[in-house]
Amino acid sequence: MFSFLTSPVKQIAFEVQAYVRLVIASMRGAVTPPIYRHDIVEQFDTLGFGSLTVVLLTGLFTGAALASQTGITLDQFGARPLVGRLVSASMVIELGPVLTALMLTGRIGSGIAAELGSMVVTDQINALRALGTDPIRKLVVPRMLAGLFMAPALTIISDLMGIFGGWVVARFQLQVSSALYWSSVTDVLYVQDLYQGLIKPFVFGFLIVTVACYVGLRTSGGTQGVGKATTIAVVAGSVAVIAADFFVTQFLVWAIY
Amino acid sequence: METARDILNEPGAPVVLFDRVQLAFDEKVVLRDLSFTLLKGHTKIILGASGSGKSTILKIITGLLRSDAGVVWVNGQRVDQLTEAQLMDVRDDLGLIFQEGALFDSLTVRENVGYKYYEETDMPLEQVDARVKEVLGFIGLVEHLDKMPSELSGGQRRRVAIARAMAFKPRILLYDEATTGLDPITAITVNDEVIKLRDLEGVSSIVVTHQLRDAFYVATHMAVRDASGQVRVVPATPEKCEEAEFIMLKDGLICFEGTAEELRHATDPYLQTFLS
Repeated sequence: MFSFLTSPVKQIAFEVQAYVRLVIASMRGAVTPPIYRHDIVEQFDTLGFGSLTVVLLTGLFTGAALASQTGITLDQFGARPLVGRLVSASMVIELGPVLTALMLTGRIGSGIAAELGSMVVTDQINALRALGTDPIRKLVVPRMLAGLFMAPALTIISDLMGIFGGWVVARFQLQVSSALYWSSVTDVLYVQDLYQGLIKPFVFGFLIVTVACYVGLRTSGGTQGVGKATTIAVVAGSVAVIAADFFVTQFLVWAIY
Repeated sequence: METARDILNEPGAPVVLFDRVQLAFDEKVVLRDLSFTLLKGHTKIILGASGSGKSTILKIITGLLRSDAGVVWVNGQRVDQLTEAQLMDVRDDLGLIFQEGALFDSLTVRENVGYKYYEETDMPLEQVDARVKEVLGFIGLVEHLDKMPSELSGGQRRRVAIARAMAFKPRILLYDEATTGLDPITAITVNDEVIKLRDLEGVSSIVVTHQLRDAFYVATHMAVRDASGQVRVVPATPEKCEEAEFIMLKDGLICFEGTAEELRHATDPYLQTFLS
């Protein structure tokens, strides 16, 4: 009766199974030898420091825009001095982690999928295996570790830049004094907020990289396939980040507040 | 008592054995019921039309693909039953030269050729460098040590791919269309490397191609080192010709198996069409 549903459901189940297997193999590869240390360092540099500019700019302008927008609304209640609270709470809890993750998806997710996809279609992945190297340990594990640890670091930088951008607007456009702005920034932040703002990027970084690696390693169909894989990596990574944001928030609100 | 490794070290020992191997991708049957044996120091030349499963055979030998049925022995180990981790040991003794070279495009020629030593061993860097130079010297590309693959010609890339495959001194080399797309002069240079490796280094080879000229060249020539130490490729003796065997694939089955001479005189219409 539901045979028209069987094939897509099977396909989805197969994809999920293959993704989970890749994740398990990567986790095992991260804690058992051989570990390719110089690849890990290289990926920390490429994914972390390479993404610094885009993250700095995103944080700065998001914080500035946020202060500008909320300043108008707060004015209606005579609460303009509270702009620092809004900027810091929004940046640390939600906007910092999510926007940083989305920017990382665009920058590193697409890059990983394109790089691994090109290696698949030019037989370089098979060449690695033929030379006795496990592509998951050599290619996925370093990227996964870099995503896992650099996403939180970049998020902290993005948060700070956002709060700084908010100060620029608050001080020079909204005419809120610096002392008031900086004291209100810290007033509203509880330790639970900081936990939330720091735990989310770990999940996002892990998802962005593992989804991109999975999509890249399953590339087929030549250069056209590489383009397709890149698009899928960005779309799937972005959706995964947004969806994970909802579920992680639900969990953290239940667990730590 | 003689061990399996002792037996495999003897001349003429079976180093690759396919027994009734079958493989299909969805509805398309690629290998129907394939059986053959490669003997130590010998050459097996696999011919066939595009899509006949030639490259698939090499991927099954290296464990990059798994057969649906049948038994595959490589150097005394059943590769069809090994896990990916167990296959790594088998691959130490195998060198696969891919159709387009499959060089790592972000690494230099030196890093490509020495890849396995740099990444998978603790060998001191000076020793790895010495081995890389030795291997590149063998194929005449030592001056390209620090170039990127994109700076090399098609023929040079294939030769670097051969150097990478032979660097770890495997006892079996598998060539997947190593000369396809190359001009005749460059193809002969690559063929000479195949012959030299077989005759001077004692490597067993499986050559997959649909280039008949190259297939016959490899089967009917041999490498000799003269008194001055100079290596020359000369027409093979009849005994040496016997060590190179052709396999013709058709519809997932072997439709011919024999020497170059037997192939030349085959009367089968398909073979004649292929040879014409």
